[in-house]
This record gives sequence, C-alpha cells and structure tokens, in this order.
Amino acid sequence: MNVIGISDLVPTQTQGKILCCECGTEIEPNPSNMCVDCLRCKVDITDGIPKHGNLLQCKNCVRYLSPPVAWIPAQPESRELLAICLKRIKSALQRVRLVDASFIWTEPHSKRVKVKITVQKEVEGGTFLEQTFVVEYVIHNHMCPDCHRVEAKDYWNSSVQVRQKAGHKKTFYYLEQVILKHKMHQNTTKISQKPNGLDFYYSSKQDARKFTDFLMSVLPCKYQSSQKLVSHDTHSNTFNYKTSFSVELPPVCKDDIVCLPKKLSQQLGNLGQLLICVRVTNCIHLIDFSSLQIAEVSGSLYWRHPFQAICTPKSLIEFTIMEIEIVKQRHFKSGQGLVSNKHVLADCWVIKSSELGMHDEYIHVRTHLGHLLKPGDAALGLDLKNSNVNNDDLDKMKGMPDVILVRKVFADRQRRRRRRNWKLQRIGERGSSVDGEEGYTEFLEDLEEDKEFRKNIDIYIGREDGDVPSSADETEFPSVSLQEMLQDLSIKDDVEMDGES
Amino acid sequence: MAVRAQFENNNEVGVFSKLTNRYCLVAIGGSENFYSVFESELADVIPVVHASIGGCRIIGRMCVGNRNGLMVPNSTTDQELQHIRNCLPDEVKIQRVEERLSALGNVIACNDYVALVHPDLDRETEEILADVLKVEVFRQTVTDQVLVGSYCCFSNKGGLVHPKTTIEDQDELSSLIQVPLVAGTVNRGSEVIGGGMVVNDWCAFCGLDTTSTEISVIESVFNLGEQHSSAIKNRMRDSLIDAMV
Repeated sequence: MNVIGISDLVPTQTQGKILCCECGTEIEPNPSNMCVDCLRCKVDITDGIPKHGNLLQCKNCVRYLSPPVAWIPAQPESRELLAICLKRIKSALQRVRLVDASFIWTEPHSKRVKVKITVQKEVEGGTFLEQTFVVEYVIHNHMCPDCHRVEAKDYWNSSVQVRQKAGHKKTFYYLEQVILKHKMHQNTTKISQKPNGLDFYYSSKQDARKFTDFLMSVLPCKYQSSQKLVSHDTHSNTFNYKTSFSVELPPVCKDDIVCLPKKLSQQLGNLGQLLICVRVTNCIHLIDFSSLQIAEVSGSLYWRHPFQAICTPKSLIEFTIMEIEIVKQRHFKSGQGLVSNKHVLADCWVIKSSELGMHDEYIHVRTHLGHLLKPGDAALGLDLKNSNVNNDDLDKMKGMPDVILVRKVFADRQRRRRRRNWKLQRIGERGSSVDGEEGYTEFLEDLEEDKEFRKNIDIYIGREDGDVPSSADETEFPSVSLQEMLQDLSIKDDVEMDGES
Repeated sequence: MAVRAQFENNNEVGVFSKLTNRYCLVAIGGSENFYSVFESELADVIPVVHASIGGCRIIGRMCVGNRNGLMVPNSTTDQELQHIRNCLPDEVKIQRVEERLSALGNVIACNDYVALVHPDLDRETEEILADVLKVEVFRQTVTDQVLVGSYCCFSNKGGLVHPKTTIEDQDELSSLIQVPLVAGTVNRGSEVIGGGMVVNDWCAFCGLDTTSTEISVIESVFNLGEQHSSAIKNRMRDSLIDAMV
C-alpha cells in the first residue's frame, strides 16, 4: 500500500521560461520581461549623475574645499578625499543606492582624481540593476581664506605676548626647543621679536589659548588676557574681538643668585636666603650652596612671592681655585628639606683670576661645586663683598659670604664648539628668535653641562657648521651622550625632487 | 499576420478594439489612423465598425464576443446598441448583461468554443455567456490573476498567457481551451496580454512597441504566418496518418 504524503497532493509549480522581448533569449520572467543585458542597454541608472566634477584645493595648506565653507585636509586616495568627492555628487546619488566607491590611481601632477563608483537602482518594479562608472574630478587651485589672510601678513585674531625681564635670551632659546619638541608652532601664523620677548600670532583664539596653556605647563609663568572689540553686529549679536594673552616669564634664570625673603626660605624647608638657581624648567630649581639643600619653586608660589636675581650674569667674575677640601662632616639642621646628592659640598680657597700671583690673600668660599672643581680650575662667581647690590632682603641679612661661586669655567669656547657633535632644530630660517650668537652658544653649553635641563628637548646628531671635529683634543668637557641624540632626518634628495616639481 | 498599431499614442490596442472572426469593433478616436490599420487588413473580409460603449472608448475592455455573439455591459446606451446591431452581421447575437463586474473584456477571455471567466462572475451572466457566445465556460485564474481577460488572449488556433504562468498552469489551461498556449509578452515586455493585443484566427494587432521577438512569438503561437499550401497539405497528411495509425 502506498502512503500518499501531503507533498504529493500539492502540485509542483515549475516556472516557465519566456523569451526576452528584445533579443529573444530564454529568461525567467521578471518585472520588465527583459534579459539583464537588454535592460542594461535600455536603462542607464547612472543617468543624471555627473561624470565630471571639480575639486578646489588650497595649494598652501593642501586642504580641499568641502562646500559650503569647510576646508578639510586630505591625503591623496584617503577616506577624507573620497568623502569630499562623493559629497560633490551627493544630490545625484540620492536617487540610487551607493554600493562601492574607490579611487583609480592617477598621476598626482595630472590634477585629476578618478573615483570608481558602483551603484544599484531598482528599475521597472523589482529588477535591481548594478552599474559601475568613473567620475573624474579636476583639481583647481584656490587659496583658502585662512591662507589668504596669512599671505596678506596682517591677519591675526589673537596674540600671545611672551615677555621676560632679563638681559639675555637663554629662556627663549629653551622655549624654542620645547615648542619644537611639542610641535606647538604649527598653528602660529607669525612670530615676531619684540624688546624683552616674542609675540606669537594666531588666527583663532583657541590656538592662542592652547599655546598659553602650553607655556603655563612648561615654564613658571603667569598670564593675563585682554580683548579688544574690533567690530560687532547688533542685528546678529556677533562680536568680533582681538584677544591678547600677556605671558610673563620669571626674570630668574639659570646661574642667577637670588635672595629669598626670609618667610619664603623658611617655607621652602628652612634653607638659606642666598641661593643659586640651578635651572628653570616648569619650576625654578634652587640650591643652597652652603648646605646643598635644594628647593623647587613652582610658578604659582613664585608669583605669590616674587624674587629677583641680585646680580646679572655679566657681573660675575672669574676666580681661580687655589685649594679645595671636600666637607666630610655635614651638619644637619632640624626641619631641613631635601639635599642634593648630585653636588658635593666643599671648602674652597680662591683668588680673583685678575689678581692671581699678586698676593696670597685667598678668600674662603663654601661651594656646591666640589664634584667639579680642582685646584687650578677657574670658576665664575660673584664678589659679594665688593659689589653693590640693591636688594631689600639682602640688606636685612646678616653674615654673608664674601664670594659665591656659581659655575665652573670650562676651557675656551672655540675648542668646545668645534667638538660639539650635536645640534638643535630651529624655528624658521636660522631661528626667528635668534639674535646674539654668543647667547645661543651659552645656551648650548648650559645644555651640555646639565643633563636634567636637556631632558625636555630634542637633540639631534650632527654639527651646526659642518666642521670636522679634531680628535686630538683630549680635554674633558661635559658633553651630550649619543644615546640622548636623535637621528635628524636627512632628506636632501627628496627636497630637491620637490623643488623640481 | 500580426500588425502593429497605436491608438492615439497608446500601445494598448486591446483596450480600444475588439476583434473576432466575424466582426471587428474599433473605438472612435480623434484620427482615423487606428481604424485604417484595421480596415486595410480586414475590410474585405469582415465588417470593421466604429463603436463606443456607454460613451467610452475602451470598448475592448467593456465587451466580450466571438463569432456567435457579442455581450455588452449595462452601461451601453440604446443608441449604441442599435448602431452595433445595425453594423454587425445578422447571425451575431447581441446581448446586454446586468453584471456587477461591468468591464466584461477584463473578466472574460474567450474564443469561439471556450471562455475563461473571473471566478466571481455572476452565475446568470455565465449562463447568458454560454447561451449567446455558444461557449463552454470555465471559472479560472491566470497566474493568480482573476482578470483573465486582461492577462490572456487566445483564438481558435492558440493562446498567449501572462509571462509568469507556470508550466503546470499552462498545461491545465491548454487542456481546457484545447489550443496550444505559450507564456509571453507584448508591447516590449508588458504582461497585460489582453490589453495589449487583439487576435482572431488569421490576424493579430498589437501595440507599436511590440518587438520583433514578441511578434514572432505571437505569429507562431497563433499560427498567423504566411503558409504555403504545400505546408498545409503536409500537415494534413501527417495528421491523417496519425489518425489512421
């Protein structure tokens, strides 16, 4: 007995084939009753989509105009550029379904961008057609408003005025290097030199504020902002301001001798009032040369209790070390703060180099440079006994040393410069902030002498002036170790190629 | 012979005309071009008549007929009825029917012997249909389309049905009508067969858009090609031999 299943009772339905109404090939019936080839011949779903377009590119900043007003940086064959290209034909693409879009490689100098686009569209009730076509864009040069203003050279919206009341520019050299390391100079439209400082100009207030915040984080500075109304529109309630940030750097620099107010010195760990500034990074590092006690004065603390240097670097004179004795027995006071272990306390007997050999009245000095000085060495110091210092805190002090040694004098500058096998990057053409070559060399020497100081900046292998170093010179100088240097990218060939184009 | 025609820029020939083996009705149009096409093909054989039904030009969809008779909907005016009566041969019966589905051409497809009708057609109409047109009536659908008159078209020689008709359905319909059927299109892919063409045993008219492929399908299935007498003889002989064996 046969068992009849339900499936046997339902008649099978076989779809018959019909002839394509155009070419007569056998096809399954579809809504248009045409074979795919005929349908494709008959219907162009890309009809109405422009096959050519224009892109506006700013030659200066290599940005593309994304209408109406945005300028977007985009690399060739990047997603951003594709987005800009597709946006140009967006209205036409709304009638179809975009399936795929990709670039076809074109020679960059041809100023053409080709985009291969695949679209789908439903035609005549239910049949989906897919079609691929190429849209060619021509890149036209058009200077963007930002570049236009920069080119016009007078445009800025906000400025940052950095000032330091000091006779030299070492702080600014340091600042230049820190800016370079953090690439903070990129949004700057202009940097100009002013008496006692630099002005940085920006096209937007945000950039200027960002730069100010950056300065606050790398140097112990304070700032004030002010704005000037340029124009305003009562109808739309828009105001156009020019903003200025006035940033003041502390006048205290490396190797300055400072005299702290008594209250501040007690607050900092009960160190002496007469201190030497070791370095200025994001805070002021002070050392008591008679006890090796160190203190760090942050920006906010400094500006609450400002103090000045009691002498300028020029008033330091050279002393010759006649005798030196490391202090072994150290007296620790109660409530004493941190003590430096990089310095060595020593008793020194010195004589002014100018008076060397004239008399034997050596001056006793207690110094923190015991690790550097040997009898016969020269050191720069302040002859406090014979100098006339105008400082209220110093006047109130009792028991001052006769001489304060600040730093060791290393052998002559020329030889040292010849041996220097590293260099720094500069902003602009040979540094827009550069002025005296003397000050810059001193800055480089400071970098060589202080490892902590060069932590915050990038040092590159190479020579400033291309001199061949004389290996015969055996004198021991402080130098920068190779590990700390970066390989500067030498791209001279590429530059030439760019120049040709 | 299949002829292409256009009614006032409209390819739906079957809407504006009704063709049978004994008469042809043509809608009254702005110009005589459409009429002339029919006249040139048919005038010396059967009457080609200008007609309207209920004041409408869509006569092909409103009425249904074959060599034996013509059924018109209730909307037909007396005057129109009289005009048609006067123009058609006396043997053709004309009957006005009261039917809810008044577009008779859409709901009924017929040749001289068989009619396929809409499943919901009134029983009374069905009886009149069998009576007037002298046909066997089958309630049927074509690819689940109840408007059988719109989606299929057949003569005594063959038939064309909706392109989506399955092979099984085609076989079933073909066994009912007793003519060969084929699925196809007219007017460059239109599936509204009944609306797009009219056909009788020796002549067919279709829209101007109809492609040559479609024409060739139509000519072959309706057997309209120019036939040589020898071909007919051969075929008769073949069938005779078949019958004898």
